[in-house]
Amino acid sequence: MTATEPATPGTVDAGTGAPIAERLAGKRIAITGTTGFLGTALVERLLRCVPDCSLVLLIRPGRRGVEQRLQREILRNDAFDRLREQHGADGFAELAAARVLPIAADITKEGLALDDTGREALADCDIVVHSAASVSFDNPLDVAVNTNLVGPVNLIATLHDLGVTPHLVAVSTAYVAGTRKGDAFEELLQDGAYAVPIDWRHEIETARRARIAAEDESRTTEALKRFHQEAKDELGAAGTTALASKSEQLRERAVRKKMVDNGIARAKSLGFSDAYAMTKGMAETAIVELADGIPVSIVRPSIIESSWAEPFPGWIRGFRMAEPIIIGFGRGLLQDFPGSWEGVADVIPVDLVVATIIVAAAHEPELDAPTPVYQSASGAVNPFRVGQLYDWGTDFFRKNPIYDDYDQPIAPPRWTFPTIDKATTQMYRARGGLDKATEVLRALPVRGSRASIAADIDERRDLLNQAISYVELYGKYVACEALYHCENTLALHGSLSADDQAEFGMDPRVVDWHHYVNDIHLPSVLAQGRVKTAPSGKRGAAFDRQDRLRKQVLDERRSVAAFDLENTLIASNVVGSWGWLATRNLNRGQRARLILKALTEAYSLQKLDRQDRVDFLRHFYRRYDKAPVDQLERDAADLFNELLLKNAFPDAIRRVREHRALGHRTVLITGALDFIVRPLEPLFDDIVAPSLEQRNGRYTGRMLSAPPIGEARAEALRQYAAHHDLDLQESVAYADSTSDLPLLEAVSFPVAVNPDTKLATIARRRGWLVENFEPAPGGERKFLPVAPYLPRARRTA
Amino acid sequence: MPANEDRTPRPGLVLEVDRSTPPILFHHGEGFRLESLPAGRSRVLYAAEPLNPLEDPDGAIRDSLLNPLNDDPLPSKLFAGMKLTIVFDDISLPLPPMRRPDIRQRIIEQVLDMAAAAGVDDVHIIAALALHRRMTEDELRHAVGDRVYDAFAPSGLLYNMDAEDPDEMVMLGETSEGEEVQMVKRAAESDLIVYVNINMVSMNGGWKSTATGLSGYTGIRHHHNVDTLAKSDLMDHTNSEFHNRNWRQGDVIRKAGVKIFQIETTINNNVFGEQGPMSVLQKREWEWNARDRASFIAMQKGLQLMTPKARRKVFHAHQAPYGMTSVQAGEVEAVHDSAVDNMLKQQLVQIEGQADILTMGLPYLSPYNVNSILNPILVMCLGLGYFFNMYRNKPLVRKGGVIIMSHPTPIEFHPVHHPSYIDFFEQVLPDTTDGHKIAHKYEKQFAEDEWYRHLYRTSYAYHGVHPLYMWYWGSNAINHAGRIIIVGGDVKAVKRMGFTPASTLNDALEIASDVVGPQPTITHFHNPPTVMAEVI
Repeated sequence: MTATEPATPGTVDAGTGAPIAERLAGKRIAITGTTGFLGTALVERLLRCVPDCSLVLLIRPGRRGVEQRLQREILRNDAFDRLREQHGADGFAELAAARVLPIAADITKEGLALDDTGREALADCDIVVHSAASVSFDNPLDVAVNTNLVGPVNLIATLHDLGVTPHLVAVSTAYVAGTRKGDAFEELLQDGAYAVPIDWRHEIETARRARIAAEDESRTTEALKRFHQEAKDELGAAGTTALASKSEQLRERAVRKKMVDNGIARAKSLGFSDAYAMTKGMAETAIVELADGIPVSIVRPSIIESSWAEPFPGWIRGFRMAEPIIIGFGRGLLQDFPGSWEGVADVIPVDLVVATIIVAAAHEPELDAPTPVYQSASGAVNPFRVGQLYDWGTDFFRKNPIYDDYDQPIAPPRWTFPTIDKATTQMYRARGGLDKATEVLRALPVRGSRASIAADIDERRDLLNQAISYVELYGKYVACEALYHCENTLALHGSLSADDQAEFGMDPRVVDWHHYVNDIHLPSVLAQGRVKTAPSGKRGAAFDRQDRLRKQVLDERRSVAAFDLENTLIASNVVGSWGWLATRNLNRGQRARLILKALTEAYSLQKLDRQDRVDFLRHFYRRYDKAPVDQLERDAADLFNELLLKNAFPDAIRRVREHRALGHRTVLITGALDFIVRPLEPLFDDIVAPSLEQRNGRYTGRMLSAPPIGEARAEALRQYAAHHDLDLQESVAYADSTSDLPLLEAVSFPVAVNPDTKLATIARRRGWLVENFEPAPGGERKFLPVAPYLPRARRTA
Repeated sequence: MPANEDRTPRPGLVLEVDRSTPPILFHHGEGFRLESLPAGRSRVLYAAEPLNPLEDPDGAIRDSLLNPLNDDPLPSKLFAGMKLTIVFDDISLPLPPMRRPDIRQRIIEQVLDMAAAAGVDDVHIIAALALHRRMTEDELRHAVGDRVYDAFAPSGLLYNMDAEDPDEMVMLGETSEGEEVQMVKRAAESDLIVYVNINMVSMNGGWKSTATGLSGYTGIRHHHNVDTLAKSDLMDHTNSEFHNRNWRQGDVIRKAGVKIFQIETTINNNVFGEQGPMSVLQKREWEWNARDRASFIAMQKGLQLMTPKARRKVFHAHQAPYGMTSVQAGEVEAVHDSAVDNMLKQQLVQIEGQADILTMGLPYLSPYNVNSILNPILVMCLGLGYFFNMYRNKPLVRKGGVIIMSHPTPIEFHPVHHPSYIDFFEQVLPDTTDGHKIAHKYEKQFAEDEWYRHLYRTSYAYHGVHPLYMWYWGSNAINHAGRIIIVGGDVKAVKRMGFTPASTLNDALEIASDVVGPQPTITHFHNPPTVMAEVI
């Protein structure tokens, strides 16, 4: 095929067509999807290169309203820097105000949800460019159908309704050709040799029904129970509210996943790579079918990437399709990728696509002529090999490595290009291993720095999941061996005058891929991807972040610091305190019996504790029934010295005092009993702890009020803050377990101290400060919390 | 002690190391090292053998109480209706704790007998802690004996002083130099204070007993500071600004009408006993016989097999079979002079000239970690504050020379006894190791901290300011030495204190050659047993 010869720009003879700017002079052009990558570039080029046209932008108002969105999400983009330079900031603003009219529209709604002004403006247009699409490859089926198929159907219906017949330029995708091998020509799907008849109306209906079914399924008793259990597994005894929102989140996620899978399955069954290509394909059919007097042109770009030259080389907006793969490669995340070295990565710079759309728009087809299709793709005439990208990318990242959190440069991985199945099997296996590890870690009583392993694993799993989704979705594209022809596009290009060929060039053969990859695209992607391309200094970013968070926590502006006791200030718990006090005055035989009994009960106590901490405390504090008050008070002083201080975290105690020195109020909120924590009074401004009922100088084992646990702990802090007129926005809380989630979530500066695996994972995800406090090094700690043996003479009865 | 009964104990000596000198024992925390010192230019300073103890200690005590120095016999000072306060040295003396009966018990029992005979019924017995930690019941029982403890403690008449109790401390005035004098109120208001000392080194005793021992931060800060210590030969009270200030404070105490009957005792240096497995530690290496070698090797192996915790327990369980060598009672200064004379008989060894390098093996124990942990700050203080200062006339090492200490220096702290040490190590030392800067920036904060105060008063913690005092104590040596090296220490701890870590003595000597040249002279300070150098 001659078309695959190396690119030699400028070999196309100039045509004699009227200048594009002239053809479009005085035209009013409506455009959808202008907040997107392609749309923004299109607006910019029209404003800059077609001076006499005016634009009507159909924008979804969102929360900000269309005018704001126009300014913030479109005109502020660096694509317009060139215009701003030409006209000055004010001049550009004037120009935009004169030529751009944003109107509120939602293409997924009937009549596009236009108001009267909108309808008027749209009715007035000579050309409509429909580029709004949901390009994400992992959209749920109904979302893809709504945007990509229902959208253009609504658009055409509205035009008919308005009684107008502007030239409709529909932006589709080259991938509507499906996953088959071989030539893909610029022809309508239904005209192609491999057409599969599809009833698009029926697909809309079934997508809606699938959503309803998925929602229903997620609300069955079993499913709801399962989500609740999963939430519990993840968060532990975190309280009703936290568990409720978690299980609802899990349910929504499950529905979404179901719909995504549904989309992929349906697309596959029809020979498409994914729901995006499938819905776009069905949209083409629908548009042609419904056009009825509206002239239609179809532009099919392949994978759109950063610009070759316009508005400046390397211009890109947002994270495109290939970027995650490139960054994933540079960061060593994608250890391998399916496909073959020779496979074609059909990439097309955005400015070539924009030119194709503008030129197509300027060439309104005759009504009775076949609908023109222009493919903007490089594969057939200037193929870019996957292997080239890999080789050049490897070189590039060796010279310009990405740095990890510890300031180590990451070496690019060696890809072997396995089959997609092999690649995904490997990754699934790895993920299975991580899942197992998490399960084991969650079951183990690990804390602090060891629990952060769980957070590490969680992070790794997230990355792996990302990698899996890239491989699953994009792997098909890279492995896709269809060859997208572009004869129509080249012919159109050929018809342009020499000036227009320079101004609106759309010949993919101009691109020198090596130059494009090395000097334009990869640098641009790295800049966009906000990755670390230089070492940050002596210590890694992970440390820097913790330092920064610590500074925020220890800022003078904070007003109150709330502390949990167990495993936050002291490595002990209510069971330990009781064990110590209970063995304080026993002889050896009694001690042995008590220890044995406690050990046999340990498992059931721990189970109860995991289920509901309040119940556990209520149950456990019964053991203080009939204990003499004055003796316990005396023994508590020894308990403090012998057990609590020895198990205290010096760093934590210093932290409390740092807060006080900064003028913050400090408050201890604990489920431990008041007489046990009393020796800690000098550390805190206040202590919130439960008291036991007393009768005739003895405790009854019943608490006087509910202990501040779970939501009650957050509530205790709220009340405390309200009572002392403290700003919760300026509050800090230290706690160690997911049962303290409500407390940690109630403050603006949560600190996870020696977190268990679940909290470690949550803290990592939410970017909370994590402190690993430890008992004094060298301090003696006993395996069992038992008081030292006292000779008989020194025991109290 | 049969081995010693037949002969006069040999005096201390200075050994010139030659090629036939066996490796020398270095204490190394809860373990030991045997090190070969370079021949021809190294000397080892050995303590004298333990002096023979008094044969009848109780009789000697009685005799001293009845025939005091520059004072009337104790019974003549006791009368019915008087307030009597017996004060005794705390857990920091002696080191290690002595086997029962403790000297304090022997003396207090006799004083109480005399008081009972005189019909005295208002008696308080107070542990003179100053800013040290409170003694536990077990420790108090050990010091005063069960009989005294059971008779007085339950009714609250035997107790640890509390220097932070504003109601129980009193100001006695100021010296001519403006130094405040503070004292436990009960003691100050008594008709007589009987102060029971155990003098371990010549720094102890004299007016320091009451001026420091019964004072709080307000009084103590006037001599426990870098500038005073810089002008002090701590083991020679006649040449020590530190003692001058204590003596000035003593003057104020005397003028305030506080009557003190001082009792000072000296002990021999029989730290490890002349029998048993540890006796080898106080023998001279070239005199080790086969049994000594075997028991040393067995001890080394045994210790290596133990966990650090078990090792610590073994060492801290050791109680020394100290024998009392003298007891003197009466007027403070006369008693002190006599006690120092008696102590020097045991401890003083003459050595000619200063060395370029001073080496010392630091043992597991200092005054501030009895039943506790020798944390890095205390390692520093033991080496630089105590061992370095064990001289008269001039230091063992020349100005600008190198001090090499051997100790594992683990980053370990006793969470109950030394809470402010942890913060000092984590907060202050990373900022500065300069004594003046520390005093200026941190002393007030540590001294007045509410939490430390709470722990000092109600728990068993040293006063908040104590770690700073430890650092001041060693500051003199830091300024004197050109470099300080710790052999076998935790690298992080050693560096944080501003010292140089070395893994072996040879490495340390190699490092030292940067400062003192390739052929330096070396003196090894072979302590314990306790020895004091007179450098001429």
